[in-house]
Amino acid sequence: MKVIYVDNNATTQVAPEVLAEMLPYFHDLYGNPSSMHTFGGQVAAKLGEAREQVARLIGASADEILFTSSGTESDNTAIKAALESHPEKKHIITTRVEHPAVKNLGEDLGKKGYRVTFLPVDRYGRLNVNRLFDSLSDDTAIVSIMWANNETGVLFPIEEIAPVLKARGIVFHTDAVQAVGKIPIDVKQTPVDMLSLSGHKLHAPKGIGALYVRKGTKFSPFVIGGHQERGRRGGTENVASIVGLGKASELAAAHMEDENTRVSRLRDKLEEGILDRVPNAMVNGDTNYRLPNTTSISFEYVEGEAILLMMNELGICASSGSACTSGSLEPSHVLRAMGVPFTSAHGSIRFSLSVYNTEEEMDFIIERLPPIIERLRELSPFWTKPKVAAAQ
Amino acid sequence: MWEYTEKVKEHFLNPRNVGEVEDPEGVGEVGSLACGDALKLTFKLDKDKKIKDAKFKTFGCASAIASSSALTEMIKGMTLEEAEKVTNQDIADYLGGLPKEKMHCSVMGREALEKAIAHSRGEPEKAVEGELVCECFGVTDVEIERAVRENNLATIEDVTGYTKAGGGCESCHDKILEIINKVHGKPYVARSKPAPLTNLQKIKLIEETLEREIRPSLHKDGGDIELFDVDGNKVYVRLQGTCASCVASQVTLKHYVESKLHEMVTPELEVVEVAS
Repeated sequence: MKVIYVDNNATTQVAPEVLAEMLPYFHDLYGNPSSMHTFGGQVAAKLGEAREQVARLIGASADEILFTSSGTESDNTAIKAALESHPEKKHIITTRVEHPAVKNLGEDLGKKGYRVTFLPVDRYGRLNVNRLFDSLSDDTAIVSIMWANNETGVLFPIEEIAPVLKARGIVFHTDAVQAVGKIPIDVKQTPVDMLSLSGHKLHAPKGIGALYVRKGTKFSPFVIGGHQERGRRGGTENVASIVGLGKASELAAAHMEDENTRVSRLRDKLEEGILDRVPNAMVNGDTNYRLPNTTSISFEYVEGEAILLMMNELGICASSGSACTSGSLEPSHVLRAMGVPFTSAHGSIRFSLSVYNTEEEMDFIIERLPPIIERLRELSPFWTKPKVAAAQ
Repeated sequence: MWEYTEKVKEHFLNPRNVGEVEDPEGVGEVGSLACGDALKLTFKLDKDKKIKDAKFKTFGCASAIASSSALTEMIKGMTLEEAEKVTNQDIADYLGGLPKEKMHCSVMGREALEKAIAHSRGEPEKAVEGELVCECFGVTDVEIERAVRENNLATIEDVTGYTKAGGGCESCHDKILEIINKVHGKPYVARSKPAPLTNLQKIKLIEETLEREIRPSLHKDGGDIELFDVDGNKVYVRLQGTCASCVASQVTLKHYVESKLHEMVTPELEVVEVAS
């Protein structure tokens, strides 16, 4: 069965060009970049190149990039570095819709004596920036706000927030794991202090991430060990994956226009196609200000896991904010923070596209999904068929 | 991804008996949209008072739909008395098992069946029994106790998997543990460290433990034990009857009495024998 993969916010395929670039570093060029000999030294040179490539994608300079094992490690590193560098400050500001890497860390720090402000969002997943500015205090050690939401794709106004925090001298970190490679980001224009990104969200392998740390930002390492990454992150470098992340960054820059035109149009086509054919369905989040590849659609009176498994039978891979898929019993914290009613929160499906998706795939989903929803609604005790007029 | 059995998948993809029976004798509705799953079961009896036809409508995940489908297949042809005996475990077994986290789907089936049977007998809708323990999912102590008893559940995670209780804000976890311990005959031990016992509480607890746990087993051997004094963590006891002259009494004291007191009162206690 052909797989139609529209779950790219979960993970992406490694691009063939990326894999080709990585392969020599497993077998032929396996030296340790820290070694004195040329055999290792040539690997160090390649790491430098990869660092340049990653830096270029976000407008940074190479020495502001440090490689980590994941987006989660980058987030933990950033937040803990800020706290360690400002031990007198005990206040953290973040939002209620962050990825668990930030949300659960925030909750953990809350238990350890920090005061943590979790900013709310509105019905469309938007942040009220004035509310953020009002909650700043002299005690605030760090503000950590995601650039793009993984479930809805909604973007937060990082460009607007960063200069204000800069002027106040408060460390600003953004989890840009979902944004990097999908929308143009330039840290020269947007003065964030730290920014997390993850390889496997942009067609590099799993297990590699990076943290941008602006020059002059106080820092303290999270993983303590050798002198790698200029003493900022111990551990022998994951060479092949770093090389892959470098190549993927270069590709992402090259594909940026395609992502924001063709992919965005495919997403819109999919979204409109579904909404046209399925009554009682709605998009979650601000449709005017979101990632080009993501749509979160709620189908009232049906449950997300059942939709996913029926799509799975057709080879369609997506994900859901429904309770049943996660092992928890409540719908996703993002949809709950947005106040999405239970009638639709349980039936939310996220489609996240990539440059590898095609028009035909969208046509296939648009054709095959509506009967699935109809079938599940026939099973549902809450569903009464809307009158024809109401469906228009 | 859940590990569903082939039978669960099959019943999910090709559910039997979907819909509502016309002029049903039995109707049972459980769950809600907010909870994330709900089931409406309807059935009709034949002239021999056997279930002739049963249908369901379910909002929920794959295992909820499969459990409902299985339930309707199982009860067809049963008398009400037979149907009454169907447990949630029977439903799960019919499907070749359900993931532990999904057992509440089978419980939902059994609850709907009970309601439908009561309805068909013209019994008034039962008021919700017991006190609300889990406010997030509206689960009472009676329901939790029953799930623990019938399925021999040992942990809070089990209870959540079977009843959903404790799956939301988690503030009821201590109460759930209390119910589990009650059913299994263990004293309630709060997960959060309890305040240290006062002297009076400690002595009372020691007396209770001797009376309830220790003395009966000594009686069996023709012996007895008497509490002489408690000083700090030292428990002075006097042995009587056959125990007193038995060489093994030291062993009995140290290993049996002390370990019981450690378990039931506090691990700091030390048992000392005084001459009778």
